[in-house]
Amino acid sequence: MAKNPEQRDLFAGALEIMILQSLRLKPMHGYALVKHIKEVSENLLQVEEGSLYPALQRLLREGLLESETGISAKGRPTRIYRLTEKGVRHLEKEVASFEKMFTGITRVLAYAKA
Amino acid sequence: MQVLSRLFDRRRRFDDISVSIQEHIRERAEELIDEGVARDEAERAARREFGNVTLAQERSREMWQWSTLESILADLKLTFRRLRKSPGFTATILLTLAIGIGANTAVFSVLNSVLLKPLPYPDADRLVALWLNAPGASGLANFSHGLQLSSSMYLTFSERNQTFESMGVWTMGTANVTGLAEPEEVHTALISDGVLETLAVPPVAGRWLSKADQDPHGAKTVMLSYGYWQRRFGGDPSVIGRSIAVDSEARGIVGVMPRGFRVVDQDFDLLVPLAFDRSNQKLAGFGYDGIARLKPGLEIEQANADVSRLIPVWMDSWSNGPGTNPHYYKIWRIAPAFHSLKQQVIGNIGNVLWVVMATVGLVMLIACTNIANLLMVRAESRQHELSIRAALGAGRRRIGRELLTESVSLALMGGVIAPVVGYAGLRLLVAIGPANLPRLSEVSLDARSLGFAFLLSLISGLLFGSIPALKYAFTDATGAISGANRTASAGRARQHSRNVLVIAQVAMALVLLVSALLMIRTFAALRNVAPGFTDAEHLQTMRIWIPELLVADPQVVTRIEQSITEKLAAIPGVTSVGFGGALPMERTDPNWDEIRVEGKNYQGGEPPLRLFNYVSPGYFNTLGTNLVAGRAFTWSDVYGLRPVVMVSENFARESWGSASSAIGKRVRQFKNMPWLEVIGVVEDVRQHGVDERSPAIVYWPAMINDPYSQEPQIQPSRVVTFVIRSKRAGTESFIGEVQRAVWAINSNLPVASVQTMQEIYARSLARTSFTLVMLAIAGTMALALGVIGIYGVISYAVSQRTREIGIRLALGAQKSELKWMFVRSALVLTTVGVAIGVGTAGAVVQLMKSLLFGISPLDPLTFLTVPVVLVAAAGLASYLPARRAAAVNPVEALRAE
Repeated sequence: MAKNPEQRDLFAGALEIMILQSLRLKPMHGYALVKHIKEVSENLLQVEEGSLYPALQRLLREGLLESETGISAKGRPTRIYRLTEKGVRHLEKEVASFEKMFTGITRVLAYAKA
Repeated sequence: MQVLSRLFDRRRRFDDISVSIQEHIRERAEELIDEGVARDEAERAARREFGNVTLAQERSREMWQWSTLESILADLKLTFRRLRKSPGFTATILLTLAIGIGANTAVFSVLNSVLLKPLPYPDADRLVALWLNAPGASGLANFSHGLQLSSSMYLTFSERNQTFESMGVWTMGTANVTGLAEPEEVHTALISDGVLETLAVPPVAGRWLSKADQDPHGAKTVMLSYGYWQRRFGGDPSVIGRSIAVDSEARGIVGVMPRGFRVVDQDFDLLVPLAFDRSNQKLAGFGYDGIARLKPGLEIEQANADVSRLIPVWMDSWSNGPGTNPHYYKIWRIAPAFHSLKQQVIGNIGNVLWVVMATVGLVMLIACTNIANLLMVRAESRQHELSIRAALGAGRRRIGRELLTESVSLALMGGVIAPVVGYAGLRLLVAIGPANLPRLSEVSLDARSLGFAFLLSLISGLLFGSIPALKYAFTDATGAISGANRTASAGRARQHSRNVLVIAQVAMALVLLVSALLMIRTFAALRNVAPGFTDAEHLQTMRIWIPELLVADPQVVTRIEQSITEKLAAIPGVTSVGFGGALPMERTDPNWDEIRVEGKNYQGGEPPLRLFNYVSPGYFNTLGTNLVAGRAFTWSDVYGLRPVVMVSENFARESWGSASSAIGKRVRQFKNMPWLEVIGVVEDVRQHGVDERSPAIVYWPAMINDPYSQEPQIQPSRVVTFVIRSKRAGTESFIGEVQRAVWAINSNLPVASVQTMQEIYARSLARTSFTLVMLAIAGTMALALGVIGIYGVISYAVSQRTREIGIRLALGAQKSELKWMFVRSALVLTTVGVAIGVGTAGAVVQLMKSLLFGISPLDPLTFLTVPVVLVAAAGLASYLPARRAAAVNPVEALRAE
């Protein structure tokens, strides 16, 4: 059920780090998260709902997030996800390692073009 | 508590997930409505965009589950539900499994207790049995498993060896205990110093027999077995220090051995010191079992080398009396052939047990193939369902796992019932097993057996489950749902794996039936052997022993024995009575020694050893041993100490060419002894069992001049077995009268080993009959299972091909041809199975060689009969369903569309 066949799969850990980063700004519920990532990435990234909810549960289980009862944008009860202290630390470590990886990939790609 | 709170927590999580997802979709839908999309359309679009809600939920929930475990639990629930729905199927499989696994567990328990478990002594792996080889002692080699130790050997070896921590010799005997209740004959283990130290089991009360107790001139002592202590003294601890009369000699009780303690493999009542007197030991008298405990870290080979060195020392240190050559035994070429004590205890029963284990294992394998077949038929009927599930995205693994879950849980359920069957089987095995099965008392259903049952059920579950699982997990989904299956006959491939199973079954059944028939033929051959006595069920036997302390005068001993003979002969219904040193197949030999035939030169100057027996007048007549030539002993031969002997027919032939020419010829034992005249020749007797060749026997009168003592001395037969011919033999009243007859002569004589000759004879056949019964049961089960297997396959083929049969009939096929078509396919399978089975059996029966008698392992009759029986059974088993095929009504078959 790929919505856009041209869109490539995210690599491992990418979805999690984006969720954590987004929630660091403010606690959100599921749909808000999807919209947030879509808007911020200017439609370049689209989160699959089929992966989002399992990923959220995984992060909850690992104690990086916590969930609380909250109100959606439309005023109905839903679950709001919030980053924990552990989540913040995890995010910072992951971001550092991601940046290193991006730099590496960028350098290799740049070298191949030259 | 934590599990509960986690479960509760999980429930909340699951709710959270669905709330979140619901809200997600609604929010998106409302957004779309805000953008001007119609409500219906917006909701559909929101759902479409979200994708598979159930899947997302399931994946999210899985984060909180042990997913594999829980889906296995779900499979289990499903399995049980399905099994409950088909109780007949379930019961059939469970029963087959319970019996199969139970039988295997029972046999394994025996195997484990007898062969695998160490002997019940500390550090039992360091215990060795001290047996010697004497290849130069001709005569001994034809029955014995080696040479035992003499008392002088014990003295030399135990003092001079460097490899044993301790060593000792022992022998079993009987003793009359008097003064407690009525005179009782008890089993004694006569032990030297070192035996208890070697076995290393501490007493429960008192102390061990010590070195001081072995002093022939010291205090007379004795130890009790736990059983005797309980039986005679009620377990009274104050018994230590009391004394009992053993063979009319007062002995002080010094200790009690614990429950279950046996001397090697022998139960006993009393432990009596051998108390060798150093001053009158000779080289000869090889009658003791030697045991030793190796020093830690040493091997049996080192002990062999150590004791080899001591054999010349032994010959230098002792003699057989003045004028004898102490180095005579050089020609015997005595050499140590020690082996582990366990090997000694187990003996040759290992062979039988492995054959029985292999047999029940094979039956289990056949049962598994049958169950696999059943499961396949069942899976076949679920083919449609399985295909649909595969099409909906169920993985092969998932379907395979579900099928396996079913079979493994069936197997484990069978495994749970199995120990019950196993326990019953074990009791049965122990009851019908050979009475001489070693370590019988140790046999039990222990943790290891239960572990075996569990493992076996698991393995068999995987085994019979993997066949359908592999097959159906890999079927082509589209073919099945497209409906092709309903209109056409099953493909070749489908039938193929079931055919392979049938072939395997037939082959295995053939191997079992061949083995069973070989044992039946062996048994028949043994039954046909003339044992040297007749009409064994009408021969009552019993043993008495007249110790020297009770009756010192040898003449009186013989008089008492004669009076008992006459008293017994007077019992109503008794036709004749006699006694001898040992009856045929009693497993004791009165004596072995040299005998020289007059005028014959022997290789190396020494004649071979011959079995001696000491018999009364009337002995041969009572047993039914034919007198071939000459005459039998009379009482005047006995009391007159006349220089006469009788010999067995084979001895007469070997020495003088024929039985009749033996009469009047002369023999003697040693050079300085008077010649003895051969007065009679009797038919050969299977003294050591039907399957052992008849030994050459020299028969002496029941009382003779002692050939071994220096001074002239008369030697009576103090231990004799009476044999009484009567139609009443074996009955309670008759035995009572026999006992009273003995006590009428001397009330201090216990009557021991009361049994009929038939029982002795049956015991000598026990190993064969046990193997026979086991193989016959297994063979019958294999045949039945094989027939059911063939029936099942053909009958299933018929039901699957009903439509095809209809078409054939409609096109004009003959009914007989149709029947033949199905029977033929069964016969082809059977023939292939038979061919494979004959090849396998040819190899397998070589392993049974030692259990066979009088027939070749490749007995042509057996190898012809079994295939014919199997093919006939297969023909019958396929004919029944084939007839149904011919009865198909083409109109109905085709309308069934």
